[in-house]
Amino acid sequence: MANPKDAVKEKSMIIQKEMLAKQFNDLSKAKETGKKVCYTFVPGNLIELILSFDMLPVYPEINALQSGMRKKSGGYIKDAEKMGHSEDVCTYVKCDIGMMLNGNIGPTGEKLPEPDLLLLSYTGCFTFLKWFENLNRLYPNAEIAMLHTPYQEDGKITKEQIDYMVKQLKEEVLPKFEKVSGKKFDSARLSKLLSNSVQSEDYWVKVLQLAKIKPSPIDAYFAGVYYMGPINTAFRGSDECLEYYKELYHEIKDRAEKKLLPVTPEGEMQKERFRLVVEGPPNWTNFREFWKIFYDMGAVIVASTYTKVGGVYDLGYRQNPEEPLESLATYCMGCYTNLNLPQRVDLIEKYVKEYQADGFLINSIKSCNSFSAGQLMIMREIEQRTGVPVGFIESDLVDPRYFSYANIKNRLESYFQMLEQRKIILSQESVTV
Amino acid sequence: MNSLEEILSWCEKTAFDLEFTHAKQWKSKDEKRVIVGYLPIYVPREIIHAANGIAVGIMGTGDRKQIIKGDAYYQSYICHLPRGIIEMALDNNLNGFDGFLFPAICDCVRNLSGMFKLSKKGKFQRYFDYAQNFDPFIGGTFYKHEMEKVIDDIYNVNGVKASVDGLNKAIKLYNINRRLIEEIYDIRQKYPWRLSAVETYHILRAGICITVEEHNEMLQKILNVIRNERGEAMDNIRVVVSGSFCEQPPVGLIKSIEMAGCYIVDDDFMLGSRWIQGDIEEDTNDPLEAITKAYLNQSTFASCYYDVGNPKGKRLVELVKRREADGVIFSAASFCDPALLDRPEMQKECDAAGVPHINFQYHENTGQFKVIKEQAGTFSDSIKLWA
Ligand code: SF4
Ligand code: SF4
Repeated sequence: MANPKDAVKEKSMIIQKEMLAKQFNDLSKAKETGKKVCYTFVPGNLIELILSFDMLPVYPEINALQSGMRKKSGGYIKDAEKMGHSEDVCTYVKCDIGMMLNGNIGPTGEKLPEPDLLLLSYTGCFTFLKWFENLNRLYPNAEIAMLHTPYQEDGKITKEQIDYMVKQLKEEVLPKFEKVSGKKFDSARLSKLLSNSVQSEDYWVKVLQLAKIKPSPIDAYFAGVYYMGPINTAFRGSDECLEYYKELYHEIKDRAEKKLLPVTPEGEMQKERFRLVVEGPPNWTNFREFWKIFYDMGAVIVASTYTKVGGVYDLGYRQNPEEPLESLATYCMGCYTNLNLPQRVDLIEKYVKEYQADGFLINSIKSCNSFSAGQLMIMREIEQRTGVPVGFIESDLVDPRYFSYANIKNRLESYFQMLEQRKIILSQESVTV
Repeated sequence: MNSLEEILSWCEKTAFDLEFTHAKQWKSKDEKRVIVGYLPIYVPREIIHAANGIAVGIMGTGDRKQIIKGDAYYQSYICHLPRGIIEMALDNNLNGFDGFLFPAICDCVRNLSGMFKLSKKGKFQRYFDYAQNFDPFIGGTFYKHEMEKVIDDIYNVNGVKASVDGLNKAIKLYNINRRLIEEIYDIRQKYPWRLSAVETYHILRAGICITVEEHNEMLQKILNVIRNERGEAMDNIRVVVSGSFCEQPPVGLIKSIEMAGCYIVDDDFMLGSRWIQGDIEEDTNDPLEAITKAYLNQSTFASCYYDVGNPKGKRLVELVKRREADGVIFSAASFCDPALLDRPEMQKECDAAGVPHINFQYHENTGQFKVIKEQAGTFSDSIKLWA
């Protein structure tokens, strides 16, 4: 491992940092500037629409994960449980509720503004519905708009589903935006933002696909969650977002040409021993320790499903500025957790094969039925279809009570041993042949 | 089968026949008949009836089957219901079913639809989405389309297309069914000792495994008995049980609540059979439209139904008042996100309305009820004391 002190901040990192700083600054001044605030969710988010109305987004899940990384989530969750929330339910919701009970202080230490609009994009997760019912009661003065995204139960997006969503956008969502923002819907502006998105999406896919190179220049999970930030949250459609992905792509391409390995918090990896595909969100409370177990063993995640919660662009979908509302509808329906189980299996199989992975690993999250229910079947299917060793660990997103370092480390070590043995066997076989 | 005792014992047997023998026998009499299994909570059974089918509710294994394979498919922090259903599927209990419907109630049921697709159980496996937009031109159109997909699925199996006449006939039969069930609940509200909660449960659960015609006949016979005095009144409190709409509580739990001194005067155990409140419009030219309207405007409150504008907590309190209940028992399956996420808000509404409540969690195969019985007993005593 190279010395962390040698690691210089890449330009893309600086751009992202500045984008986030500006975002939180804008949020902290929203009252003074009169900017309206929209709370919404990451999967199926309508960020281009929000930006077209000059509104500022707040993502409760991002608040929760940041609380997790700042070690605040444990306390927030307990506060929500004291209020009557069960230990059994999604901890993102409880963390968010706990954070609100504690003054809704954001990651910069400043209070987040209250919402003017609650935009419930009910995409790929049933809990969102409940979460927003709760938010609606906490913020009774905010307007609330519901956008129901039908599930891709047949493994395809139908015309009827698009019609349903476009009608909801026209009749339910746009009027609420107009009312809250005091502005008329500007279709041309939305289209302009969407065409920016297309370009960012192109670069994002190119970034992800650089992990097909051996050795991979990126970790598509642990670093991937940073890379996916702008496109999956507040910035898709903006010029800065495009600049960020352009820069990121060139940096990583450059690394690939120099045959450099992924950068970790402790510097650059020196050897790629295992290439893995990972399914499921990461743990946020012990994110660094968790990542370290992998890079210490030379394991690189070459593709992950979690980075597709805001859109599976590598399957070819791009926003369509010609038909902006239809495009938003199709976008929502295409997010990873809105795919049916057979589609998820097909996608993972494709990743294992195309990214030449040595193994497939599931990090099963206690909180998240949307991801977790059915994962054991996914695991069996992938094992049968690809023959790679499969691994399974369990943790939680933001509840520190469900991260057992020793347990996870033990399991991963045995898994890596299995991968190592398979490699030896495969290499012996190829010599024999 | 004429006496109440005979009917009750038949219902108990049929409700927990995990081979669904009765439905399979019904199907065997005509090659164009189909069995469509559905999971909790609700599907419009009328459309299946109209296509020469029987809609059979698959409510889980309860405590009647040891789960071995199912546990290998689900992590410990996922509720019990889907693992029992996978176990049934793997043990061939569901052979003979032509298709399966998975209503949009939670992500577990949603993903289970994919597991059935991957393992190719039945000739079709369909996730049945509930519209969460209640405008007839938006959500209504969508919901109608969801029903049309099911109608096509069945047509592809048996070549029978649900006709206007067939749908109208089915609507009438299910209207009668809901009316009869509501009459049972109305009688039990006033005279809960005439039919115990467990007996009522068996009657309703058997009803989703047999034809609606048979169930209606049975309900009539039961009503003929309980319209008259039966049993003996006890000094019990009256409660509404809420939160058990999907994974069903073990019968022992229902029994324990009653034995602890609580008459259950309303509940959401077999909510699908009571989902539509009141009648669906009969004899129209567009019966699918009539079913859609009923879904949009006459659905009961439920955790899978977006409730902004008509919050569940308030509707629960109204139900408590209408049933003249003394309190609420929140009883939810462990790890049931929809029920458990709703609970704090519903409790808050109860507090605001001065309705006492307790809560507990269960698995469908829970075998020990001592603690629950004690809790319910204390609840009953405290209400009697303060009343
Ligand atoms: S259940 Fe999963 S997808 Fe849904 S809010 Fe929780 S963590 Fe997010
Ligand atoms: S019991 Fe709850 S979590 Fe489980 S399948 Fe039913 S609704 Fe979903």
